[in-house]
Amino acid sequence: MTDFRDAVGPYFGDFGGRFVPEALIAALDDLATAWDKLKDDPTFIERLAALHRDYTGRPSPITEVPRFAEHAGGVRVFLKREDLNHTGSHKINNVLGQALLTQQVGKTRVIAETGAGQHGVATATAAALFGLDCTIYMGEEDTRRQALNVARMRLLGAEVIPVTAGSRTLKDAINEAFRDWVANVETTNYVFGTAAGPHPFPALVRDLQKIIGEEAREQLSTRIGRLPDAVVACVGGGSNAIGIFTAFLDDAEVRLIGCEAAGDGVETGRHAATIGAGSPGVLHGAKTYLLQDEDGQTIESHSISAGLDYPGVGPEHSWLASIGRAEYRPVTDAEAMEAFRLLTRTEGIMPAIESAHALAGAITLGRELVAAGADPAETVLLVSLSGRGDKDVETAAEWFGLVDSSAASGEDEGGSTTA
Amino acid sequence: MTGSRTAATIDAARAEGRAALVVYLPVGYPDVDGSIAAARAAVEAGADIVELGLPYSDPGMDGAVNQEAMQAALAGGTRTADVLRAVREVAETGAPTLVMTYYNPVLRYGVDRFATDLVAAGGAGLITPDLIPDEAGEWIAAADAHDLDKVFLVAPSSTTERLHLTTAASRGFVYAASTMGVTGARASVGPRAEALVAATRAAGAERVCVGLGVSTGAQAAEVASYADGVIVGSALVRTLIRSDGDRDAALEDLRLLIGELAEGVRAGRLVR
Repeated sequence: MTDFRDAVGPYFGDFGGRFVPEALIAALDDLATAWDKLKDDPTFIERLAALHRDYTGRPSPITEVPRFAEHAGGVRVFLKREDLNHTGSHKINNVLGQALLTQQVGKTRVIAETGAGQHGVATATAAALFGLDCTIYMGEEDTRRQALNVARMRLLGAEVIPVTAGSRTLKDAINEAFRDWVANVETTNYVFGTAAGPHPFPALVRDLQKIIGEEAREQLSTRIGRLPDAVVACVGGGSNAIGIFTAFLDDAEVRLIGCEAAGDGVETGRHAATIGAGSPGVLHGAKTYLLQDEDGQTIESHSISAGLDYPGVGPEHSWLASIGRAEYRPVTDAEAMEAFRLLTRTEGIMPAIESAHALAGAITLGRELVAAGADPAETVLLVSLSGRGDKDVETAAEWFGLVDSSAASGEDEGGSTTA
Repeated sequence: MTGSRTAATIDAARAEGRAALVVYLPVGYPDVDGSIAAARAAVEAGADIVELGLPYSDPGMDGAVNQEAMQAALAGGTRTADVLRAVREVAETGAPTLVMTYYNPVLRYGVDRFATDLVAAGGAGLITPDLIPDEAGEWIAAADAHDLDKVFLVAPSSTTERLHLTTAASRGFVYAASTMGVTGARASVGPRAEALVAATRAAGAERVCVGLGVSTGAQAAEVASYADGVIVGSALVRTLIRSDGDRDAALEDLRLLIGELAEGVRAGRLVR
């Protein structure tokens, strides 16, 4: 039997593939071939490892959070600290690898989509570092909500193009980035931000993010000499989740739990719980779970977390869900914000709202396990803290009513930059 | 198997020493009845083959004009069932009527069920811009079982191997995307289109039609000098986008443009 962690695509069970215009096939083939060669190339491996170490600051530590864990049934909770990476999230792991890959295939320009702006900022950062031209597509709606990140990208030298098509959010930014790529494929590489899209992106992004789980597995082993009982991560497209899951996929005793954004609650229809409440179909080049109506039109997602506000999900997650290797659970805005508050107040660590979904999932799971009879002192949860909360201060301040009316007056323009 | 009426129509045009004129219009723009009226007017004015677009929320291969029309069609409540009704009413003209659609709406409807209902409506087949033959097993099986055309696309970036694969999987014609890009009018059709048609023929294609970027009679004539069919889409859609909402005037503009394009595909033989 093939190991789960060796799955290479283009298919993950019934999911994945390349549902894209023929014009992109040559570029996807080139990318897949280049990555196949590069990923085992000692020079590349050394260059990427040096970047991780000297630029990003890897390995990111694991931190045990006992005061927070009291709220999770008193089990032991360890955080994998991707929030401490340069640029503030796991996104940098992917873009550094893809920037090296871009150089390798002889291209001079990168494009990317972004929702909240985290992947856009990471891509613009890598472009600045490597001297690549950079264009970021961002839904017009999101450029207003995340004006500060637009400014960050522009400071880094990227061109930010607001997308006015469709719902003017992440999914439309992806459509527009693919349109750019078709027209400019000879000079341009598309640095896809998550482990979704057509082959080879799901496998490529997974390969570049799996360092999260590989490090954490070794760090836990050194620290406590055993595997965790469960690994918990938030899932939008699913790159930090697949990144931390991969090292544990073949350890059947380790539960893998993906937390999807349930927005106002799955029952309200205003959510982004793609696996939990969606159905299989094709979106953005892959067969996968998505939110769609009965005619197959994509339904807009909703979440307080821009990074999870996506109506699709990576095909490998769809597969892991369908075979039962990973579980996917809904976490509402309210549950995530409560976890955000808890970690901040009990540990002095302010998580990204995306990551707060995983923290909320850990609280629920810890309590469940203890209620079912587990010994809290012998129960270990590993949580992917995929990003830091600096970017979310404004949203959180508003949620908790911490902004006085004069300071909040600029919020519609995203102009009250408190960070 | 009765064979492809689309192919027969292209062959009949060829016998007249010209290329076929293939027109694209999205169903539901300006509304369903309006799009049916436009497609029927296009046939009366000289279109040989009709592609009816199934509006989709994420049309990754379309430029701004078609995106806008599809978005308006969806906002107006256009459903997959409306597309099948449009096929029925347009196919009554006698012109082979294909549906151009992204894959997910067909997958959601049920691939075999879609094929069954398309045949019942008198439709000729599907053009699938985001479905390559490699991924199309289910659709190919349904199309073959129901005697429908399978129009796949080739692009300037297609390798010789892929031109063979795509040609072998296609029925009706092979759709050659003239440039590396999305739908929409362009100043010139691009030098790569002619070479792509030649390469696709060399890969075994009997009928190759060229689309993307054709908007004028002169461009139609140029393309007609080397291709079996000339596909025009967003330039026609643009005639329907009117701020004053005057549908009669829009249809008149559409007829005029079709007339110009029909002359173009006939002028093309002089170049040949």
